Amino acid sequence: MAFRIRQIEFTADGRKIVRDRDIATAELTLGRAAENDIHLADLALDARHARLSLELGGRVAVQAVGSLGFTLDGSSTSSASIDPATGAELGFGSHRLGVARDADGAVLLTLQRIEAASGEGEGLDPGRSFTLTGVMPSKRVLSWLLAALILGLFLAIPIASHLNSRADPTIRAIGDRSWNPGPLSAAHHGLEGSCQSCHVKPFESVRDSSCLTCHKSAHDHAPAVRLAGARATPLFGEKLLQTVAHGFGKPGAGACVDCHTEHEGAGRMEPTRQKFCADCHGTLNQRLSDTKLGNAADFGTLHPQFRARIVTDASSRRISSVSLDANPREDSGLIFPHKLHLDPRGGAARMAITLGTAGGYGQALGCANCHRGTEDGVRFKPVDMERDCESCHSLAYDKVGSTFRTLRHGDIDQMVADLSASDHGAVPLASPIGMGRRRAGDYASGGAYYANFSGHNVGLSSVQRALSRGGVCGECHRPQLDGAKPGVMPVTQISRFMAHGWFDHKPHSQEKCSSCHAAERSASSADLLLPDIKQCRTCHLGETSSKADVPSGCAMCHAYHPSPLAPSQDRAKRKLTAIGRKPEG
Amino acid sequence: MTSTSRKAAQGARRVSTDHEGFLRLAGFRWLKIALVISLIAIIGYIAADIQPRPNGGSWYGYTLGTIGAGLIVWLTLLGVRKRAMTPGGWSLKAWTSAHVYLGLALIVIATLHTGFQLGWNVHTLAYLLMLLVIGSGVFGIVVYSTLPTALSANREEMTDAQMVDGIAAVDRQLHAAAQPLAQADAERVLAALNEDPFAQGLWRRLSGRYRGGATELAIAGCDSAGPVPADPAIARVEALLRRRKAQLDRMRRHLRLKALLEVWLFVHVPATIALLAALTAHIISVFYYW
Repeated sequence: MAFRIRQIEFTADGRKIVRDRDIATAELTLGRAAENDIHLADLALDARHARLSLELGGRVAVQAVGSLGFTLDGSSTSSASIDPATGAELGFGSHRLGVARDADGAVLLTLQRIEAASGEGEGLDPGRSFTLTGVMPSKRVLSWLLAALILGLFLAIPIASHLNSRADPTIRAIGDRSWNPGPLSAAHHGLEGSCQSCHVKPFESVRDSSCLTCHKSAHDHAPAVRLAGARATPLFGEKLLQTVAHGFGKPGAGACVDCHTEHEGAGRMEPTRQKFCADCHGTLNQRLSDTKLGNAADFGTLHPQFRARIVTDASSRRISSVSLDANPREDSGLIFPHKLHLDPRGGAARMAITLGTAGGYGQALGCANCHRGTEDGVRFKPVDMERDCESCHSLAYDKVGSTFRTLRHGDIDQMVADLSASDHGAVPLASPIGMGRRRAGDYASGGAYYANFSGHNVGLSSVQRALSRGGVCGECHRPQLDGAKPGVMPVTQISRFMAHGWFDHKPHSQEKCSSCHAAERSASSADLLLPDIKQCRTCHLGETSSKADVPSGCAMCHAYHPSPLAPSQDRAKRKLTAIGRKPEG
Repeated sequence: MTSTSRKAAQGARRVSTDHEGFLRLAGFRWLKIALVISLIAIIGYIAADIQPRPNGGSWYGYTLGTIGAGLIVWLTLLGVRKRAMTPGGWSLKAWTSAHVYLGLALIVIATLHTGFQLGWNVHTLAYLLMLLVIGSGVFGIVVYSTLPTALSANREEMTDAQMVDGIAAVDRQLHAAAQPLAQADAERVLAALNEDPFAQGLWRRLSGRYRGGATELAIAGCDSAGPVPADPAIARVEALLRRRKAQLDRMRRHLRLKALLEVWLFVHVPATIALLAALTAHIISVFYYW
């Protein structure tokens, strides 16, 4: 009984070489060291790796000697007992050892090298291994993946979702927020994410009809025919741009979106620039020959003089629009010389000082003693006789005990009745009744400030005296006979002189009144104390002016959509201020 | 060889060494063109007076956007064009030169197209991808103009295959020389032999840092036997291991330089395709919600 070792090798050209070697011993050693019966030059093996011995009954015992094991029919083990009749396959590193019984009864060990011993430097492909292809994902695969991801997320999903949600407008499309080029303005913030509200049809630009679903009250600037006639013929460049824009389906000149651009960032919508107005108004008279409007393109360089709505006839209360260049004279019905009241060394000033701070005076008269601003600060309330004048211009005509009897302002019939009654038996005041001004207080004849302004009209009735020039009424009012009935000219106070522009006093509150209103020098109430355009231009010039303290576009004072309210720019500012204001207390 | 033909050969050699790279081609012609284009774009941006603020949806924005998109498509076509090398005014070299400088001018054109209005949207995604493509391209130019010298200095006229063969030759000797070694030593040598220089990840390739490699450990193992090992087998193995390490280091430097020369393309190319996708989404979405 012996071992037969059959070594199978292959030449480079694939020819098989089989060598048999018989070893007549009952025990074989196998390992890397040269003294082994089966010497395998493989560093993966122990120097003395395993021992094969014949057992009684013809079995072969295989026992690992060193620390490393071997494989038996593919599974690792460190000892095995094999019946050569059945056969088995052992694996040692890079070699395979088949165990079988040969025809002559010897144990046949078929030894075959199945792979290059590990670490022999084979199997490298220099052409491939030096590139990064082995350690990086393929450029092609990466490209397709990224492209598919982007097209899917940012194109396919939003479009599919939009097409699905079109039937039901309450459903918002998914993913189209990634298309949003910028936040909407504060006014449209509620529409953020609801793209279909404005972008109704795919590939169709925003139409006016979308805007008008909410902005129902937006008026046209002028009738469409006038607007079309007013629009300037575009220059070559603009014509080209318009043609291209039309080619891409933009709605064209005069559309809402021409002036009101969106997605320009959060905050309030930017006011429309003056060039949008100047397009037509800069040379308006060339196209609309019948226009009453002067050409306007830039407040600093091309803007007509202001026209004010003033009363030109007190009795009929007729209001006319007059250019400030035409030296307008107002006929409000009132006699009121500003100069007299504002002179710091005049009688009115002295009286105000004497009245003291309790009555809101104490100093020479100022504008604020008579002119009270409206709550919003935009303009002024009409002057009110009882509140603003009567402190000095007393209507007291009689005294009963310690109580003064006073005429009722504005009621002619009552005045006539009261004074007629006092003519008949009432105890007169220390001075002749119906005389001119008396101040409330004990300033009778002989007092420090006593004056009789009634003039020498002895023989007239108190009523006639009161209405006569210098009388208690005639001092400020012009008498007007309505038939035989006594009366005064009606007084009309204009609170807004410029109906098509918007002037707000509040932002000008740091200025003195006299900067714009030359009241100190005005001796007649016919003087119209409005500043003209030259005055405004000391601070306000056109939107693009670099010299102006306040560069001012058209939208600062004018609204495109006719409205009695402030221009949108001003309104929006107020709204924001109101929102931004902290609650008091 | 006659003296005339030798002179001719020298002349030809002089011409061939008088190399003009794609960056300085024709006296920086495309750099100048790109600068002029950028300048015109900037002047136009200032002069266009878009209200209320410059943006991609204005007439000037659309103009720049159209030019930019056209440029991007043309720049991408280098990938097709480079597969056909031709000489002359529209040679591949001229095309590459234009690719580089017009690609840089695209930064100006596209940035002005945005009107500096960026956000979390597909439009800004396209812009950022474009910057990534250009940035990786700039990296590519830098490595192409600096690394090839280092690459040829390192390889000492060896081919890639020769480097592999050199290590394989050492490995075969090492395998034989290690046969008498004790198991622990043999295992270290085996580990060194099994160390695949190509199997390491991207970071090691790019950084060239391979601390604690199996070859190094095997050398350290031999060193533990003393400065001059008593066993001549160990001494021989150690000498072979050191030769292996020297060759491995050279190969790793080579790998690092090659990786640096190549890695930008793994960003440049996929980012370009991603950019084309994002650009498509950008343009379609703009007109979809027109």
